[in-house]
Amino acid sequence: MKSVKKIENWVLTAGTFLAAALWIFPLYWAFITSIRSEERVVSDGAGILPDEINLTSYVDILWNTNLINWYINSIGTAIIITITVILSGMMCAYAISQMRFPGRRILYGVVLASFMVPSQALIVTQFILINDMGLINTWAGIILPQLIVPVVIIVYKQFFDAVPKEMREAVVLDGGGDYTLLFKIYLPLNWGITTALAIITFIMAWNQFFWPFLAVTTEDMMTIPVGITQVKDAFGVFYARLMSVALLGAMPVAVAYLIFQKKVTEAVMISSGVKG
Amino acid sequence: MPMLTNRRKEMAVAASLVAPFVLTFVVVFLYPTIRLVQLSFTNAPLIGSGEWVGFDNFIRLLSDRLFLTSLKNNGYFVLLTVVPTTAVALGFALMIRRLRGALQALALAIFFLPYILPVSVVTQIWTWMLDFQFGVLQPVIEFFTGKPVSVFKNPYWVMPTVAAVTIWWTNGFNVLLFIAGLRNISKDYYEAAQLDGATRRQLFTKVTWPLLWPVTALVLTLQLILQLKIFDQVYLLSSGGPFNSSYVLLLMVYREAFQLNHGGYASTIALVLFIIIAMLSVLQFQLLRAGGRR
Repeated sequence: MKSVKKIENWVLTAGTFLAAALWIFPLYWAFITSIRSEERVVSDGAGILPDEINLTSYVDILWNTNLINWYINSIGTAIIITITVILSGMMCAYAISQMRFPGRRILYGVVLASFMVPSQALIVTQFILINDMGLINTWAGIILPQLIVPVVIIVYKQFFDAVPKEMREAVVLDGGGDYTLLFKIYLPLNWGITTALAIITFIMAWNQFFWPFLAVTTEDMMTIPVGITQVKDAFGVFYARLMSVALLGAMPVAVAYLIFQKKVTEAVMISSGVKG
Repeated sequence: MPMLTNRRKEMAVAASLVAPFVLTFVVVFLYPTIRLVQLSFTNAPLIGSGEWVGFDNFIRLLSDRLFLTSLKNNGYFVLLTVVPTTAVALGFALMIRRLRGALQALALAIFFLPYILPVSVVTQIWTWMLDFQFGVLQPVIEFFTGKPVSVFKNPYWVMPTVAAVTIWWTNGFNVLLFIAGLRNISKDYYEAAQLDGATRRQLFTKVTWPLLWPVTALVLTLQLILQLKIFDQVYLLSSGGPFNSSYVLLLMVYREAFQLNHGGYASTIALVLFIIIAMLSVLQFQLLRAGGRR
Protein backbone atom coordinates (compact mmCIF):
# COMPACT_ATOMS: atom_id res chain seq x y z
CA MET A 1 0.00 0.00 0.00
CA LYS A 2 2.68 2.42 1.05
CA SER A 3 4.71 1.92 -2.14
CA VAL A 4 1.63 2.46 -4.35
CA LYS A 5 1.13 5.81 -2.69
CA LYS A 6 4.80 6.66 -3.23
CA ILE A 7 4.58 5.90 -6.94
CA GLU A 8 1.38 7.94 -7.15
CA ASN A 9 3.13 10.87 -5.51
CA TRP A 10 6.06 10.56 -7.84
CA VAL A 11 3.80 10.48 -10.91
CA LEU A 12 1.91 13.55 -9.70
CA THR A 13 5.11 15.51 -9.13
CA ALA A 14 6.46 14.52 -12.53
CA GLY A 15 3.15 15.57 -14.08
CA THR A 16 3.39 18.94 -12.37
CA PHE A 17 6.83 19.58 -13.79
CA LEU A 18 5.77 18.47 -17.25
CA ALA A 19 2.78 20.84 -17.15
CA ALA A 20 4.99 23.68 -15.91
CA ALA A 21 7.54 23.00 -18.67
CA LEU A 22 4.82 23.08 -21.33
CA TRP A 23 3.38 26.26 -19.85
CA ILE A 24 6.67 28.14 -19.87
CA PHE A 25 7.68 26.82 -23.29
CA PRO A 26 6.17 29.70 -25.38
CA LEU A 27 8.26 32.21 -23.40
CA TYR A 28 11.36 30.03 -23.66
CA TRP A 29 10.84 29.66 -27.40
CA ALA A 30 10.32 33.41 -27.84
CA PHE A 31 13.61 34.00 -26.03
CA ILE A 32 15.55 31.41 -28.04
CA THR A 33 14.16 32.89 -31.27
CA SER A 34 15.06 36.42 -30.22
CA ILE A 35 18.76 35.57 -29.77
CA ARG A 36 19.10 33.93 -33.17
CA SER A 37 19.75 35.56 -36.52
CA GLU A 38 16.76 35.88 -38.84
CA GLU A 39 18.35 33.33 -41.21
CA ARG A 40 18.88 30.84 -38.43
CA VAL A 41 15.30 31.23 -37.16
CA VAL A 42 13.79 29.95 -40.41
CA SER A 43 16.51 27.41 -41.29
CA ASP A 44 15.83 23.67 -41.11
CA GLY A 45 18.60 23.02 -38.61
CA ALA A 46 17.18 25.29 -35.91
CA GLY A 47 16.35 22.98 -33.02
CA ILE A 48 14.68 23.76 -29.75
CA LEU A 49 17.95 24.05 -27.85
CA PRO A 50 19.83 27.35 -27.74
CA ASP A 51 22.70 27.30 -30.22
CA GLU A 52 23.77 30.89 -30.78
CA ILE A 53 23.74 34.25 -29.08
CA ASN A 54 23.01 36.86 -31.69
CA LEU A 55 21.75 40.19 -30.40
CA THR A 56 21.31 41.82 -33.81
CA SER A 57 17.54 41.94 -33.58
CA TYR A 58 17.60 43.59 -30.14
CA VAL A 59 20.02 46.26 -31.38
CA ASP A 60 17.90 46.73 -34.49
CA ILE A 61 14.71 47.16 -32.43
CA LEU A 62 16.31 49.68 -30.09
CA TRP A 63 17.74 51.71 -32.98
CA ASN A 64 14.98 51.54 -35.56
CA THR A 65 11.70 51.68 -33.66
CA ASN A 66 10.03 54.10 -31.28
CA LEU A 67 10.44 51.62 -28.42
CA ILE A 68 11.95 54.20 -26.06
CA ASN A 69 8.98 56.51 -26.68
CA TRP A 70 6.57 53.65 -26.05
CA TYR A 71 8.31 52.88 -22.76
CA ILE A 72 8.07 56.50 -21.68
CA ASN A 73 4.39 56.70 -22.65
CA SER A 74 3.56 53.43 -20.91
CA ILE A 75 5.46 54.24 -17.73
CA GLY A 76 4.16 57.83 -17.59
CA THR A 77 0.50 57.02 -18.17
CA ALA A 78 0.52 53.93 -15.94
CA ILE A 79 2.09 55.85 -13.04
CA ILE A 80 -0.37 58.74 -13.33
CA ILE A 81 -3.31 56.31 -13.57
CA THR A 82 -2.08 54.36 -10.53
CA ILE A 83 -1.59 57.41 -8.31
CA THR A 84 -4.89 59.01 -9.33
CA VAL A 85 -6.92 55.82 -8.98
CA ILE A 86 -5.46 54.95 -5.57
CA LEU A 87 -5.73 58.48 -4.16
CA SER A 88 -9.24 59.25 -5.41
CA GLY A 89 -10.44 55.75 -4.55
CA MET A 90 -9.01 55.94 -1.03
CA MET A 91 -10.55 59.36 -0.36
CA CYS A 92 -13.95 58.31 -1.67
CA ALA A 93 -13.86 55.03 0.27
CA TYR A 94 -12.94 56.88 3.48
CA ALA A 95 -15.91 59.22 3.13
CA ILE A 96 -18.28 56.32 2.41
CA SER A 97 -16.89 54.25 5.27
CA GLN A 98 -16.39 56.85 8.04
CA MET A 99 -18.59 59.86 7.38
CA ARG A 100 -22.31 60.57 7.32
CA PHE A 101 -23.57 62.62 4.42
CA PRO A 102 -26.68 62.54 2.24
CA GLY A 103 -26.32 60.29 -0.80
CA ARG A 104 -23.71 58.08 0.84
CA ARG A 105 -25.65 54.87 0.25
CA ILE A 106 -26.54 55.86 -3.31
CA LEU A 107 -22.89 56.64 -4.03
CA TYR A 108 -21.78 53.22 -2.82
CA GLY A 109 -24.58 51.62 -4.83
CA VAL A 110 -23.32 53.41 -7.94
CA VAL A 111 -19.77 52.19 -7.25
CA LEU A 112 -21.01 48.59 -6.90
CA ALA A 113 -23.12 48.92 -10.03
CA SER A 114 -20.29 50.38 -12.11
CA PHE A 115 -18.22 47.36 -11.09
CA MET A 116 -20.65 45.30 -13.17
CA VAL A 117 -20.64 47.51 -16.24
CA PRO A 118 -18.36 46.47 -19.08
CA SER A 119 -16.24 49.54 -19.90
CA GLN A 120 -15.47 48.06 -23.32
CA ALA A 121 -19.09 48.72 -24.29
CA LEU A 122 -18.43 52.45 -23.79
CA ILE A 123 -15.53 52.78 -26.24
CA VAL A 124 -17.57 54.45 -28.95
CA THR A 125 -18.95 57.24 -26.78
CA GLN A 126 -15.73 57.58 -24.78
CA PHE A 127 -13.89 58.05 -28.06
CA ILE A 128 -16.36 60.74 -29.14
CA LEU A 129 -15.92 62.46 -25.75
CA ILE A 130 -12.10 62.38 -25.82
CA ASN A 131 -12.14 63.52 -29.43
CA ASP A 132 -14.47 66.43 -28.60
CA MET A 133 -12.09 67.41 -25.81
CA GLY A 134 -9.25 67.42 -28.35
CA LEU A 135 -7.33 64.79 -26.39
CA ILE A 136 -6.69 62.17 -29.08
CA ASN A 137 -2.94 61.45 -29.21
CA THR A 138 -2.29 62.88 -25.75
CA TRP A 139 -1.44 61.28 -22.40
CA ALA A 140 -4.62 62.82 -20.93
CA GLY A 141 -6.65 61.05 -23.62
CA ILE A 142 -5.02 57.70 -22.84
CA ILE A 143 -5.43 58.21 -19.09
CA LEU A 144 -8.93 59.62 -18.56
CA PRO A 145 -11.16 56.59 -19.35
CA GLN A 146 -8.87 54.35 -17.31
CA LEU A 147 -9.44 56.27 -14.07
CA ILE A 148 -12.58 54.42 -13.04
CA VAL A 149 -11.54 51.32 -11.08
CA PRO A 150 -14.46 50.70 -8.69
CA VAL A 151 -12.85 47.66 -7.08
CA VAL A 152 -10.29 49.95 -5.40
CA ILE A 153 -13.10 51.74 -3.55
CA ILE A 154 -14.83 48.48 -2.65
CA VAL A 155 -11.64 46.97 -1.18
CA TYR A 156 -10.63 50.16 0.69
CA LYS A 157 -14.11 50.48 2.17
CA GLN A 158 -13.93 46.96 3.58
CA PHE A 159 -10.53 47.65 5.14
CA PHE A 160 -11.55 51.07 6.52
CA ASP A 161 -14.74 49.56 8.00
CA ALA A 162 -12.55 47.13 9.95
CA VAL A 163 -10.38 49.82 11.60
CA PRO A 164 -11.36 50.03 15.33
CA LYS A 165 -13.19 53.26 16.19
CA GLU A 166 -10.92 53.87 19.21
CA MET A 167 -8.08 54.66 16.80
CA ARG A 168 -9.91 57.86 15.85
CA GLU A 169 -10.19 59.31 19.33
CA ALA A 170 -6.63 60.56 19.87
CA VAL A 171 -6.68 62.49 16.61
CA VAL A 172 -10.16 63.87 17.19
CA LEU A 173 -9.20 65.05 20.72
CA ASP A 174 -6.21 66.88 19.20
CA GLY A 175 -8.67 68.69 16.98
CA GLY A 176 -7.67 66.78 13.85
CA GLY A 177 -10.17 66.60 11.00
CA ASP A 178 -11.01 63.86 8.55
CA TYR A 179 -8.03 64.55 6.27
CA THR A 180 -5.71 64.11 9.24
CA LEU A 181 -7.51 60.90 10.20
CA LEU A 182 -7.24 59.53 6.67
CA PHE A 183 -3.57 60.30 6.11
CA LYS A 184 -2.29 59.82 9.69
CA ILE A 185 -4.36 56.79 10.78
CA TYR A 186 -6.28 55.02 8.03
CA LEU A 187 -3.63 55.13 5.30
CA PRO A 188 -0.66 54.06 7.48
CA LEU A 189 -2.73 51.20 8.93
CA ASN A 190 -3.44 50.01 5.40
CA TRP A 191 -0.09 50.37 3.63
CA GLY A 192 -0.13 46.66 2.79
CA ILE A 193 -3.40 46.82 0.91
CA THR A 194 -2.40 50.15 -0.66
CA THR A 195 0.76 48.74 -2.24
CA ALA A 196 -1.11 45.62 -3.34
CA LEU A 197 -3.83 47.70 -5.04
CA ALA A 198 -1.23 50.02 -6.57
CA ILE A 199 0.72 47.13 -8.08
CA ILE A 200 -2.33 45.55 -9.63
CA THR A 201 -3.65 48.89 -10.94
CA PHE A 202 -0.25 49.58 -12.51
CA ILE A 203 -0.11 46.17 -14.21
CA MET A 204 -3.67 46.60 -15.53
CA ALA A 205 -2.88 50.06 -16.89
CA TRP A 206 0.42 48.91 -18.40
CA ASN A 207 -1.27 46.03 -20.23
CA GLN A 208 -4.30 47.98 -21.46
CA PHE A 209 -4.62 47.48 -25.21
CA PHE A 210 -8.07 48.35 -26.56
CA TRP A 211 -8.43 51.93 -25.33
CA PRO A 212 -4.87 53.19 -26.05
CA PHE A 213 -5.17 51.51 -29.45
CA LEU A 214 -8.17 53.74 -30.20
CA ALA A 215 -6.96 56.90 -28.49
CA VAL A 216 -3.60 57.09 -30.26
CA THR A 217 -2.94 57.26 -33.98
CA THR A 218 0.64 58.52 -34.17
CA GLU A 219 3.43 56.07 -33.53
CA ASP A 220 5.42 58.26 -31.13
CA MET A 221 2.44 58.54 -28.73
CA MET A 222 1.73 54.81 -28.52
CA THR A 223 2.09 52.69 -25.41
CA ILE A 224 4.05 49.43 -25.36
CA PRO A 225 1.15 47.02 -26.03
CA VAL A 226 -0.02 49.06 -29.03
CA GLY A 227 3.44 50.01 -30.29
CA ILE A 228 4.82 46.51 -30.58
CA THR A 229 2.06 45.57 -33.02
CA GLN A 230 3.54 48.20 -35.36
CA VAL A 231 6.85 46.37 -35.62
CA LYS A 232 5.27 43.69 -37.79
CA ASP A 233 4.09 46.32 -40.24
CA ALA A 234 7.48 48.00 -40.29
CA PHE A 235 9.68 44.94 -40.75
CA GLY A 236 7.38 42.43 -42.38
CA VAL A 237 7.65 38.95 -40.99
CA PHE A 238 10.99 38.83 -39.24
CA TYR A 239 10.41 36.63 -36.26
CA ALA A 240 13.65 37.22 -34.34
CA ARG A 241 12.82 40.94 -34.30
CA LEU A 242 9.17 40.31 -33.43
CA MET A 243 10.20 38.14 -30.47
CA SER A 244 12.82 40.67 -29.34
CA VAL A 245 10.34 43.50 -29.24
CA ALA A 246 7.71 41.31 -27.56
CA LEU A 247 10.15 40.34 -24.81
CA LEU A 248 11.43 43.90 -24.38
CA GLY A 249 7.81 45.05 -24.05
CA ALA A 250 6.97 42.38 -21.51
CA MET A 251 10.16 42.80 -19.48
CA PRO A 252 9.36 45.66 -17.04
CA VAL A 253 6.14 44.15 -15.70
CA ALA A 254 7.53 40.62 -15.72
CA VAL A 255 10.53 41.74 -13.65
CA ALA A 256 8.25 43.70 -11.32
CA TYR A 257 6.12 40.60 -10.89
CA LEU A 258 9.08 38.38 -10.07
CA ILE A 259 10.27 40.91 -7.45
CA PHE A 260 6.84 41.52 -5.89
CA GLN A 261 5.43 38.02 -6.44
CA LYS A 262 3.89 37.74 -2.96
CA LYS A 263 2.25 41.19 -3.18
CA VAL A 264 0.81 40.52 -6.62
CA THR A 265 -0.62 37.20 -5.46
CA GLU A 266 -2.17 38.89 -2.44
CA ALA A 267 -3.56 41.75 -4.56
CA VAL A 268 -5.28 39.40 -7.00
CA MET A 269 -6.82 37.41 -4.17
CA ILE A 270 -8.05 40.47 -2.26
CA SER A 271 -9.44 42.34 -5.27
CA SER A 272 -11.46 39.32 -6.37
CA GLY A 273 -12.92 38.84 -2.92
CA VAL A 274 -11.66 35.34 -2.10
CA LYS A 275 -9.51 36.70 0.70
CA GLY A 276 -10.22 39.82 2.72
CA MET B 1 -25.50 76.92 16.36
CA PRO B 2 -21.95 75.48 16.58
CA MET B 3 -23.44 72.00 16.04
CA LEU B 4 -24.94 73.20 12.80
CA THR B 5 -21.73 74.73 11.48
CA ASN B 6 -19.85 71.59 12.44
CA ARG B 7 -22.32 69.54 10.50
CA ARG B 8 -21.97 71.87 7.53
CA LYS B 9 -18.20 71.65 7.75
CA GLU B 10 -18.27 67.86 7.82
CA MET B 11 -20.49 67.93 4.75
CA ALA B 12 -18.00 70.14 2.91
CA VAL B 13 -15.12 67.83 3.88
CA ALA B 14 -17.07 64.78 2.70
CA ALA B 15 -17.87 66.51 -0.57
CA SER B 16 -14.20 67.35 -1.15
CA LEU B 17 -13.23 63.73 -0.44
CA VAL B 18 -15.64 62.18 -2.90
CA ALA B 19 -15.37 64.93 -5.52
CA PRO B 20 -12.31 63.62 -7.49
CA PHE B 21 -13.90 60.21 -8.04
CA VAL B 22 -17.42 61.47 -8.59
CA LEU B 23 -16.39 64.13 -11.12
CA THR B 24 -14.25 61.69 -13.13
CA PHE B 25 -17.04 59.13 -12.94
CA VAL B 26 -19.63 61.54 -14.29
CA VAL B 27 -17.42 62.73 -17.14
CA VAL B 28 -15.84 59.49 -18.42
CA PHE B 29 -18.41 56.92 -17.36
CA LEU B 30 -21.92 58.22 -16.69
CA TYR B 31 -22.02 60.71 -19.56
CA PRO B 32 -20.72 58.17 -22.14
CA THR B 33 -23.30 55.65 -20.88
CA ILE B 34 -26.15 58.12 -21.40
CA ARG B 35 -24.72 59.11 -24.79
CA LEU B 36 -24.54 55.43 -25.73
CA VAL B 37 -28.25 54.93 -25.11
CA GLN B 38 -29.11 58.14 -26.92
CA LEU B 39 -26.86 57.42 -29.94
CA SER B 40 -28.29 53.94 -30.36
CA PHE B 41 -31.57 55.53 -31.47
CA THR B 42 -29.91 57.68 -34.15
CA ASN B 43 -28.16 57.22 -37.49
CA ALA B 44 -25.23 59.40 -36.40
CA PRO B 45 -21.77 58.94 -37.89
CA LEU B 46 -18.84 58.55 -35.46
CA ILE B 47 -18.11 62.27 -35.38
CA GLY B 48 -21.08 64.58 -35.85
CA SER B 49 -24.78 64.38 -35.23
CA GLY B 50 -27.49 62.26 -36.80
CA GLU B 51 -31.23 61.96 -36.85
CA TRP B 52 -33.52 60.16 -34.45
CA VAL B 53 -34.55 56.89 -36.08
CA GLY B 54 -36.49 55.26 -33.24
CA PHE B 55 -36.00 51.53 -32.99
CA ASP B 56 -34.71 51.15 -36.57
CA ASN B 57 -31.22 50.13 -35.45
CA PHE B 58 -32.56 47.46 -33.14
CA ILE B 59 -34.86 46.08 -35.82
CA ARG B 60 -31.98 46.08 -38.28
CA LEU B 61 -29.87 44.14 -35.76
CA LEU B 62 -32.34 41.27 -35.71
CA SER B 63 -31.94 40.67 -39.43
CA ASP B 64 -28.22 41.49 -39.60
CA ARG B 65 -26.51 38.18 -40.44
CA LEU B 66 -23.16 39.46 -39.21
CA PHE B 67 -24.67 40.35 -35.82
CA LEU B 68 -26.17 36.88 -35.47
CA THR B 69 -22.86 35.31 -36.52
CA SER B 70 -21.02 37.44 -33.96
CA LEU B 71 -23.47 36.55 -31.24
CA LYS B 72 -23.08 32.86 -32.07
CA ASN B 73 -19.27 33.17 -32.12
CA ASN B 74 -19.31 34.89 -28.72
CA GLY B 75 -21.33 31.97 -27.41
CA TYR B 76 -19.00 29.44 -29.03
CA PHE B 77 -15.97 31.17 -27.55
CA VAL B 78 -17.57 31.11 -24.09
CA LEU B 79 -18.13 27.35 -24.48
CA LEU B 80 -14.53 26.84 -25.57
CA THR B 81 -12.99 28.80 -22.71
CA VAL B 82 -15.08 29.04 -19.53
CA VAL B 83 -15.32 25.43 -18.37
CA PRO B 84 -11.95 24.30 -19.83
CA THR B 85 -10.01 27.14 -18.19
CA THR B 86 -11.75 26.50 -14.86
CA ALA B 87 -10.90 22.79 -15.02
CA VAL B 88 -7.27 23.44 -16.02
CA ALA B 89 -6.86 26.06 -13.29
CA LEU B 90 -8.26 23.73 -10.64
CA GLY B 91 -5.87 21.00 -11.80
CA PHE B 92 -2.88 23.34 -11.61
CA ALA B 93 -3.92 24.63 -8.20
CA LEU B 94 -4.16 21.09 -6.84
CA MET B 95 -0.73 20.32 -8.30
CA ILE B 96 0.85 23.45 -6.85
CA ARG B 97 -0.65 22.82 -3.42
CA ARG B 98 1.24 19.53 -3.15
CA LEU B 99 4.59 21.29 -3.57
CA ARG B 100 6.48 23.01 -0.75
CA GLY B 101 8.58 26.15 -0.32
CA ALA B 102 10.66 27.39 -3.23
CA LEU B 103 9.32 24.75 -5.62
CA GLN B 104 5.79 25.92 -4.93
CA ALA B 105 6.73 29.55 -5.54
CA LEU B 106 8.47 28.58 -8.79
CA ALA B 107 5.52 26.55 -10.09
CA LEU B 108 3.11 29.33 -9.18
CA ALA B 109 5.29 31.92 -10.93
CA ILE B 110 5.41 29.81 -14.10
CA PHE B 111 1.64 29.35 -14.26
CA PHE B 112 0.92 32.99 -13.38
CA LEU B 113 3.53 34.75 -15.55
CA PRO B 114 1.55 34.76 -18.85
CA TYR B 115 -1.30 36.64 -17.12
CA ILE B 116 0.81 39.77 -16.65
CA LEU B 117 1.94 39.92 -20.29
CA PRO B 118 0.39 42.52 -22.62
CA VAL B 119 -2.02 40.86 -25.04
CA SER B 120 0.03 41.82 -28.10
CA VAL B 121 3.09 40.06 -26.65
CA VAL B 122 0.99 36.94 -26.23
CA THR B 123 -0.43 37.06 -29.74
CA GLN B 124 2.95 37.69 -31.35
CA ILE B 125 4.52 34.72 -29.58
CA TRP B 126 1.66 32.41 -30.57
CA THR B 127 1.54 33.69 -34.14
CA TRP B 128 5.19 32.70 -34.38
CA MET B 129 4.73 29.32 -32.68
CA LEU B 130 1.86 28.50 -35.04
CA ASP B 131 3.40 29.97 -38.20
CA PHE B 132 2.33 27.83 -41.16
CA GLN B 133 5.86 27.36 -42.50
CA PHE B 134 8.22 27.70 -39.56
CA GLY B 135 6.03 27.37 -36.44
CA VAL B 136 7.49 25.09 -33.78
CA LEU B 137 4.01 23.63 -33.16
CA GLN B 138 3.31 22.69 -36.78
CA PRO B 139 5.07 19.30 -36.46
CA VAL B 140 2.75 18.57 -33.53
CA ILE B 141 -0.31 19.51 -35.59
CA GLU B 142 1.07 17.49 -38.50
CA PHE B 143 1.46 14.49 -36.22
CA PHE B 144 -2.26 14.55 -35.39
CA THR B 145 -3.78 15.66 -38.68
CA GLY B 146 -1.26 14.48 -41.25
CA LYS B 147 -0.57 17.97 -42.57
CA PRO B 148 0.34 21.42 -41.28
CA VAL B 149 -2.62 23.77 -40.75
CA SER B 150 -2.70 27.52 -41.15
CA VAL B 151 -4.75 27.76 -37.96
CA PHE B 152 -5.76 31.42 -38.09
CA LYS B 153 -6.89 31.12 -41.71
CA ASN B 154 -8.96 28.00 -41.17
CA PRO B 155 -12.60 28.46 -40.13
CA TYR B 156 -12.62 25.28 -38.03
CA TRP B 157 -9.35 25.84 -36.24
CA VAL B 158 -9.48 29.56 -35.62
CA MET B 159 -11.81 29.77 -32.59
CA PRO B 160 -10.42 26.74 -30.71
CA THR B 161 -6.90 28.09 -31.26
CA VAL B 162 -7.81 31.58 -30.06
CA ALA B 163 -9.45 29.90 -27.06
CA ALA B 164 -6.30 27.89 -26.31
CA VAL B 165 -4.14 31.02 -26.52
CA THR B 166 -6.60 32.84 -24.24
CA ILE B 167 -6.50 30.03 -21.69
CA TRP B 168 -2.68 30.08 -21.71
CA TRP B 169 -2.74 33.85 -21.22
CA THR B 170 -5.41 34.30 -18.52
CA ASN B 171 -5.38 31.00 -16.64
CA GLY B 172 -2.92 32.16 -13.96
CA PHE B 173 -5.57 34.43 -12.46
CA ASN B 174 -7.92 31.47 -11.92
CA VAL B 175 -5.10 29.35 -10.49
CA LEU B 176 -4.55 32.03 -7.85
CA LEU B 177 -8.23 32.12 -6.91
CA PHE B 178 -8.30 28.34 -6.52
CA ILE B 179 -5.14 28.38 -4.42
CA ALA B 180 -6.71 30.98 -2.12
CA GLY B 181 -9.83 28.81 -1.93
CA LEU B 182 -7.83 25.68 -1.11
CA ARG B 183 -5.94 27.53 1.64
CA ASN B 184 -9.25 28.48 3.23
CA ILE B 185 -10.26 24.83 3.66
CA SER B 186 -9.31 23.78 7.17
CA LYS B 187 -6.79 20.91 7.47
CA ASP B 188 -9.05 19.30 10.10
CA TYR B 189 -11.46 18.09 7.41
CA TYR B 190 -8.67 16.23 5.63
CA GLU B 191 -7.29 14.76 8.83
CA ALA B 192 -10.72 13.56 9.91
CA ALA B 193 -11.37 12.03 6.49
CA GLN B 194 -7.97 10.34 6.45
CA LEU B 195 -8.60 8.86 9.89
CA ASP B 196 -11.75 7.35 8.42
CA GLY B 197 -9.54 5.78 5.71
CA ALA B 198 -10.64 7.99 2.81
CA THR B 199 -8.79 7.49 -0.49
CA ARG B 200 -7.25 10.32 -2.49
CA ARG B 201 -10.24 10.32 -4.80
CA GLN B 202 -12.68 10.41 -1.90
CA LEU B 203 -10.77 13.29 -0.33
CA PHE B 204 -11.33 15.25 -3.51
CA THR B 205 -14.98 14.39 -4.17
CA LYS B 206 -16.16 14.49 -0.53
CA VAL B 207 -14.03 17.29 0.94
CA THR B 208 -12.23 19.49 -1.58
CA TRP B 209 -14.87 19.77 -4.30
CA PRO B 210 -17.90 20.68 -2.13
CA LEU B 211 -15.95 23.07 0.10
CA LEU B 212 -14.32 24.71 -2.92
CA TRP B 213 -17.60 25.16 -4.80
CA PRO B 214 -18.07 28.89 -3.91
CA VAL B 215 -14.68 29.65 -5.47
CA THR B 216 -15.44 27.44 -8.48
CA ALA B 217 -18.71 29.30 -8.98
CA LEU B 218 -16.85 32.63 -8.71
CA VAL B 219 -14.27 31.58 -11.31
CA LEU B 220 -16.95 30.29 -13.69
CA THR B 221 -19.02 33.47 -13.55
CA LEU B 222 -16.01 35.82 -13.72
CA GLN B 223 -14.77 33.91 -16.77
CA LEU B 224 -18.20 33.95 -18.40
CA ILE B 225 -18.33 37.73 -18.20
CA LEU B 226 -14.67 38.20 -19.16
CA GLN B 227 -14.80 35.93 -22.20
CA LEU B 228 -17.96 37.60 -23.54
CA LYS B 229 -15.90 40.79 -23.83
CA ILE B 230 -13.33 39.24 -26.13
CA PHE B 231 -11.79 41.62 -28.65
CA ASP B 232 -8.00 41.99 -28.38
CA GLN B 233 -6.96 38.41 -29.16
CA VAL B 234 -9.36 37.98 -32.07
CA TYR B 235 -8.40 41.32 -33.56
CA LEU B 236 -4.69 40.62 -33.30
CA LEU B 237 -4.71 36.93 -34.28
CA SER B 238 -7.34 36.62 -36.99
CA SER B 239 -9.12 40.00 -37.40
CA GLY B 240 -12.44 38.16 -37.29
CA GLY B 241 -11.68 35.92 -40.25
CA PRO B 242 -11.66 33.74 -42.16
CA PHE B 243 -15.18 34.23 -43.58
CA ASN B 244 -16.23 35.95 -40.33
CA SER B 245 -15.73 32.68 -38.45
CA SER B 246 -14.11 34.54 -35.54
CA TYR B 247 -16.18 37.72 -35.78
CA VAL B 248 -17.38 38.74 -32.30
CA LEU B 249 -19.62 41.52 -30.94
CA LEU B 250 -16.92 43.94 -29.82
CA LEU B 251 -15.11 43.52 -33.14
CA MET B 252 -18.37 44.44 -34.84
CA VAL B 253 -18.71 47.53 -32.62
CA TYR B 254 -15.16 48.50 -33.56
CA ARG B 255 -15.67 47.98 -37.32
CA GLU B 256 -19.02 49.74 -37.45
CA ALA B 257 -17.79 52.74 -35.45
CA PHE B 258 -14.20 53.24 -36.51
CA GLN B 259 -14.01 51.79 -40.01
CA LEU B 260 -17.53 52.18 -41.41
CA ASN B 261 -18.30 55.41 -39.53
CA HIS B 262 -21.67 54.19 -38.24
CA GLY B 263 -21.64 55.67 -34.73
CA GLY B 264 -25.36 55.10 -34.15
CA TYR B 265 -25.47 51.48 -35.26
CA ALA B 266 -22.23 50.68 -33.40
CA SER B 267 -23.78 52.14 -30.24
CA THR B 268 -26.79 49.87 -30.65
CA ILE B 269 -24.57 46.77 -30.78
CA ALA B 270 -22.53 48.03 -27.83
CA LEU B 271 -25.72 48.66 -25.88
CA VAL B 272 -26.92 45.10 -26.48
CA LEU B 273 -23.57 43.75 -25.26
CA PHE B 274 -23.73 46.14 -22.31
CA ILE B 275 -27.17 44.83 -21.32
CA ILE B 276 -26.21 41.16 -21.71
CA ILE B 277 -23.14 41.60 -19.50
CA ALA B 278 -24.90 43.78 -16.93
CA MET B 279 -27.64 41.16 -16.55
CA LEU B 280 -25.11 38.35 -16.16
CA SER B 281 -23.23 40.43 -13.57
CA VAL B 282 -26.36 41.00 -11.52
CA LEU B 283 -27.06 37.28 -11.72
CA GLN B 284 -23.50 36.57 -10.59
CA PHE B 285 -23.83 39.01 -7.70
CA GLN B 286 -27.04 37.34 -6.52
CA LEU B 287 -25.50 33.90 -6.90
CA LEU B 288 -22.44 34.84 -4.84
CA ARG B 289 -24.59 36.42 -2.15
CA ALA B 290 -26.70 33.29 -1.98
CA GLY B 291 -23.48 31.25 -1.85
CA GLY B 292 -22.09 33.43 0.92
CA ARG B 293 -25.17 32.97 3.09
CA ARG B 294 -25.07 29.21 2.79
